[in-house]
Amino acid sequence: MGFLSYLISGISLGSIYAIIALGYTMVYGIAKMLNFAHGDVIMVGAYMSFMATAYIGWSPLASVVLAMAVCTLLGIIIERLAYKPLRNATSLAVLITAIGVSYFLQNIALLIWSSNPKSFTSIISLDSLRLFDGQLIISSVTLVTIAACIVIVYGLTMIVRYSKIGKAMRAVSEDKEAAQLMGIDVNQTISVTFAIGSGLAAVAGVLLCSAYPLLMPTVGAMPGIKAFTAAVFGGIGSIPGAMLGGILLGVIEILGKAYISTELSDAIVFSVLIIVLLVRPTGLLGKKISEKV
Amino acid sequence: MLKVDDINVYYGSIHAIKGVSFEVEQGEIVTLIGANGAGKSTILKTVSGLLHPQTGSIHFAGQNIVNVPPHKIVSQGLAQCPEGRRIFLQMTVEENLEMGAYIRLRHEIRGAIADVYERFPRLKERRRQQAGTLSGGEQQMLAMGRALMSKPTLLMLDEPSMGLAPILVTQIFEIIKELNQAGTTILLVEQNAQMALSVAHRGYVLETGRIILTAPAADLLNNDKVRKAYLGG
Repeated sequence: MGFLSYLISGISLGSIYAIIALGYTMVYGIAKMLNFAHGDVIMVGAYMSFMATAYIGWSPLASVVLAMAVCTLLGIIIERLAYKPLRNATSLAVLITAIGVSYFLQNIALLIWSSNPKSFTSIISLDSLRLFDGQLIISSVTLVTIAACIVIVYGLTMIVRYSKIGKAMRAVSEDKEAAQLMGIDVNQTISVTFAIGSGLAAVAGVLLCSAYPLLMPTVGAMPGIKAFTAAVFGGIGSIPGAMLGGILLGVIEILGKAYISTELSDAIVFSVLIIVLLVRPTGLLGKKISEKV
Repeated sequence: MLKVDDINVYYGSIHAIKGVSFEVEQGEIVTLIGANGAGKSTILKTVSGLLHPQTGSIHFAGQNIVNVPPHKIVSQGLAQCPEGRRIFLQMTVEENLEMGAYIRLRHEIRGAIADVYERFPRLKERRRQQAGTLSGGEQQMLAMGRALMSKPTLLMLDEPSMGLAPILVTQIFEIIKELNQAGTTILLVEQNAQMALSVAHRGYVLETGRIILTAPAADLLNNDKVRKAYLGG
């Protein structure tokens, strides 16, 4: 029963990584940039939900909607102010800017909310699920997290596959210049991508702080890096890859903590990444890039 | 219909297009011929708005389109079928066509797709296939069909014969003539000067970023200098 219980919490943690990784992977796929500020958008989302429930007394669901709205807007603003002027700049300049935005968000949060951790009350207050005569207890947060991940991945896959904007995203991702010649507004497509990724980051933030209820300005940094790792692990640019990478990463982390060493769990996670990348440089589900001229 | 007036285009510090002017009248097929690197594709990219001229003006249907973003230029009725086809290889044939009609309304798209399938029946057979699995000739047809999806009044074709077998080249040029007869004005960029001049009404000869000669296509075919430089004697 111990193993099963670890496995489930691994999948749950991995689901959070997966939701964050989706934001990394979509932005990378379409704008060809790594948005290292993505982890900090998670933090902003968590604070929004916290403020709405703790100070204004909103219902948990309403607080999630607020967090998503604020983060979506934040994502669009960050893209417009920080990244759009660098559309034709070197990728190093964009990367440095992204790191700058990350520190900027953390420090703004520090000014507003101070460094004292806030204790986040889980927004999910359903009963735990008891299986096998109470030998296996699965908390409602765990269940909701896994369900949210499945719904999000399914919804996003449908959007990218069938909707007009989703098809435009695929076109821009494959050939930006040809997409413009079709009449696709590339800037708008990139903006929508940031909006979706940041909205999902808000959901991830609320779920993360419901499972690990200490809220502070750096809360998004480590999960952000892990989710980035997950996106690379699964094959950056691929939506199913982000989900697979995220869940595997979560499972490896929790099982590593349980059976090998709590201190070494992060080292184990990153070692697995290095090994996978040595064997498959494009990640588990990454496409081999081949061009036909 | 299209009036390019004294444009200068730079790639960084390289002066790629030097004071080029030309015109395309409604109903014409006009061709720009020239060697590799003469600046033909650069001119089309500039007209499409992907590149911006340092000086000079470009008017399409009476409006200045310099500094208008590429996607807005498409909606004014100017489409380009780019060099190397540039179809979306990971998308299906039909999705590629839908992208070509991105600026159009949903109910117009079905009819436009049907028109393209009528002209290129091969594409209909392969509608659900990934575009990357098509042969070179089919990819060229898809690229042209995709450009037609926006119902352009002026279609710019960049090297449509590139990499195709001679029989397909003939077929593609037949289609170009048919499209023109059906009312689409065409600006054609080609290295295959022989073929291009045989379908065009007028031609411009481009050398290292400058237009050195312009005349009716038939005259260019008989011009000694053109024959030597571009028609293999």
